[in-house]
Amino acid sequence: MSVADQRNALLDARAIARALQRMAHEIVDLAGSTDRLVLIGIQRRGVELAERMGGLIRAAHGAEVPRGALDITLYRDDLQTVGPRPVIGETRLPHELEGKTVVIVDDVLYTGRTVRAALQELADFGRPARVGLCVLVDRGGRELPIHADIVGERVDAGPGDRVDVLLAEVDGRDAVELVRGTPS
Amino acid sequence: MMPPPLGKDLLGLEHLTAEQIVHLLDTAEPFKEVSERAIKKVPTLRGKTIVNLFFESSTRTRISFEFAEKRLSADTVNVTTTVSSVQKGENLVDTARNLEAMRIDMVVIRHPSSGAAQFLAERINSNVINAGDGTHEHPTQALLDLLTIRDKLGRIDGVKVCICGDILHSRVARSNIWGLTKLGAEVAVCGPRSLLPRGIEDLGVTVFRRIEQAMEWADVLNVLRLQLERMDAGFIPSLREYNRVFGVTEGRMAAAAPELLVLHPGPMNRGVEIDSPVADGPQSVILHQVTNGVAVRMAVLYLLAGGRPELAEQAKAGGTE
Repeated sequence: MSVADQRNALLDARAIARALQRMAHEIVDLAGSTDRLVLIGIQRRGVELAERMGGLIRAAHGAEVPRGALDITLYRDDLQTVGPRPVIGETRLPHELEGKTVVIVDDVLYTGRTVRAALQELADFGRPARVGLCVLVDRGGRELPIHADIVGERVDAGPGDRVDVLLAEVDGRDAVELVRGTPS
Repeated sequence: MMPPPLGKDLLGLEHLTAEQIVHLLDTAEPFKEVSERAIKKVPTLRGKTIVNLFFESSTRTRISFEFAEKRLSADTVNVTTTVSSVQKGENLVDTARNLEAMRIDMVVIRHPSSGAAQFLAERINSNVINAGDGTHEHPTQALLDLLTIRDKLGRIDGVKVCICGDILHSRVARSNIWGLTKLGAEVAVCGPRSLLPRGIEDLGVTVFRRIEQAMEWADVLNVLRLQLERMDAGFIPSLREYNRVFGVTEGRMAAAAPELLVLHPGPMNRGVEIDSPVADGPQSVILHQVTNGVAVRMAVLYLLAGGRPELAEQAKAGGTE
């Protein structure tokens, strides 16, 4: 990050909390009930977001929704170009996905390539009845025909920009910030 | 953060930093889980062709590499001396160049001559992984030993490891000594004087003359296979004698600490360097080593396969998520 980078706050802690509350509600709506619902977070902040929304669903509906974590590193299509990732996170999925409504949770939706990889990895574990996508921030810029069912905040970010989602569990505080890059 | 990349090849542990070795072990962790899945396969190396070029017989190492390659979705071809043209006098480099002309990506090589892997690596563009060269190194074996010790004891730093047996001719011992000392373990060896290299103390290694002393000192015993041809060559008087003096026997094990771990790279000579009740006993982690071998080799293949800097620049221009 250079000194010239400009950080603009998009969401503060309260706005994130409000967004998650609404998204948790929409997830249950999408699944119809909590009975067959499974939340799967994409490493690493998607896992924390799924955890939080699981807590919100428990508080509102009294049901414990099974959670999972997905690291898509081994399913990426850019190993040749970008090279190995520093750390591969844990992949842990509930035993039975057959017939379930799986909602994939991630922090930022951008090109759609991560979600493509996640769908491919998920298919190796089972065949859910339905798969939905829930993201905290949709920043546009899709390179694949993928869209989110549930979105916390839409942002129009350019290719040189970065959207940073910071979460207390990982980063010590809650915030969503847009870092404007210098157009190249 | 990521330590300096491994480069094109994995030839040994001697020239790796502690940081790089730890990174290899950390990368192996998630690959353990892949082998526990119902579908034991990820698409990471789809479209890559890997040749397992074995100039020396080996069942376990070759199978372990093959599982690792297949679980990463690579295409594999096995070439062994009995079916290749090597016996007809075609040399190592010709064989490899012919394979390369068929557009392969990686070569896993096992060869009876020390330095063969490096010799090959300097002459072909494909990634080269040393699966054992003469008495020089066998890096993936040492890595799986390190991973097993870390799994069982939670650390490697400060752990006391004694390597027992034919140290002089052992590439497993050499790679283990490099890896263990770099990661802060205390290393000792124990074996017949005729099978210990001269000046081994200079590597910071303690020498035990008696197996009982070694077992009293150590947290971990890594018991090497005694190559039976050493007896014909006069290094040891007889197998029975070897078992009596240096064998990790049931009786000696009973006298040792109950948490002493026993490793063996296989294949074992039961009743020679290790007794069956020890090999199959609760302190043996030999099968855990075999399981870890696949994960470690997946990690090595993964780390060597990716990361072409010139392509990374192009990708950056295109932008990735």
